[in-house]
Amino acid sequence: MGLLNRMSTVVKAKMNTIMDRVEDPNETLDYSYQKQLELLQNVKRGVAEVATSKKRLELQRAKLAMKIDELDSQAREAIKGDREDLARQALERKSALTVQIEGLDREIADLAREQEKLEATDRRLTAKVESFRAKKETIKAQYSAAEAQVKVTESLTGISEEMADVGLAVQRSEDKIETMRARSAALDELVERGTLEEFAGGDEVERELARIKAKSSVEDDLARLKAEEGR
Amino acid sequence: MIIRIMGEGQYRVSSALLDDLNLIDDRIVEDVAKEDEAGYREDLSRLIQAIKEKGEPVDPEEILESDVIVPPEDLTLEEAERVFRGKGLIEG
Repeated sequence: MGLLNRMSTVVKAKMNTIMDRVEDPNETLDYSYQKQLELLQNVKRGVAEVATSKKRLELQRAKLAMKIDELDSQAREAIKGDREDLARQALERKSALTVQIEGLDREIADLAREQEKLEATDRRLTAKVESFRAKKETIKAQYSAAEAQVKVTESLTGISEEMADVGLAVQRSEDKIETMRARSAALDELVERGTLEEFAGGDEVERELARIKAKSSVEDDLARLKAEEGR
Repeated sequence: MIIRIMGEGQYRVSSALLDDLNLIDDRIVEDVAKEDEAGYREDLSRLIQAIKEKGEPVDPEEILESDVIVPPEDLTLEEAERVFRGKGLIEG
């Protein structure tokens, strides 16, 4: 069975839990509408959470950028005092921080996309919920209980699928943010302790390439500072 | 035919597209089995592009059931594996 079939099964399973209570049609419609409003609130909360996390990462990025400037001046002072060893140490830390900033930039861009997506979800669901509300009032007013049953099932199936989709989107977004928060807290701690090397992600090849890149950036920096200070 | 791209809404497409989609879907199954991350990303993105190019977005005010449900484009390989194992998309 392909991914599309499997995906439908996942969504249908979730729809069934949403549609569990189809007994009295009118009551079911109202109940579903309540659930839709709750879900809409969840989406809005999700948008706010993504925005907050993005802000947090931006602050973290600004802090790292400041630290990088600091390390650069320290290296310059060291060169002035003929302490190339100290300059090298500062520049190695600077290079490690630069890698982290690049990582943060990617995460910030990810979150910006996530926010846009959730905002679009919010608009779509708002339109659907409003349309469901109108439909629900029409069904209640025009149909007998027996006729209503068919109409109710029709509109409930469609809206439940939407709710299952949106519900999963909100959950995935929460999971993503959770992971990023943990990473970002770990990064803060390692920057404090000055042991960034442990934090390098990726496989052995990627780490080795990163080391080579870091080494050459340290040498470049060193050469630049020496030239600027006339040493 | 109505296709839902999860997280992006529904599209109205001609049923003829289904054959193309099934071909890509078969490749995705192989990608996931081989844990070929790059191939998987490419095929999933191709699947979604095909629907967007050939389909018309459904007005958000319309409430319709879908004939086909396509996972979100950012579904990770690990998540796809979970879906194949019948464990659903979200842990727990």
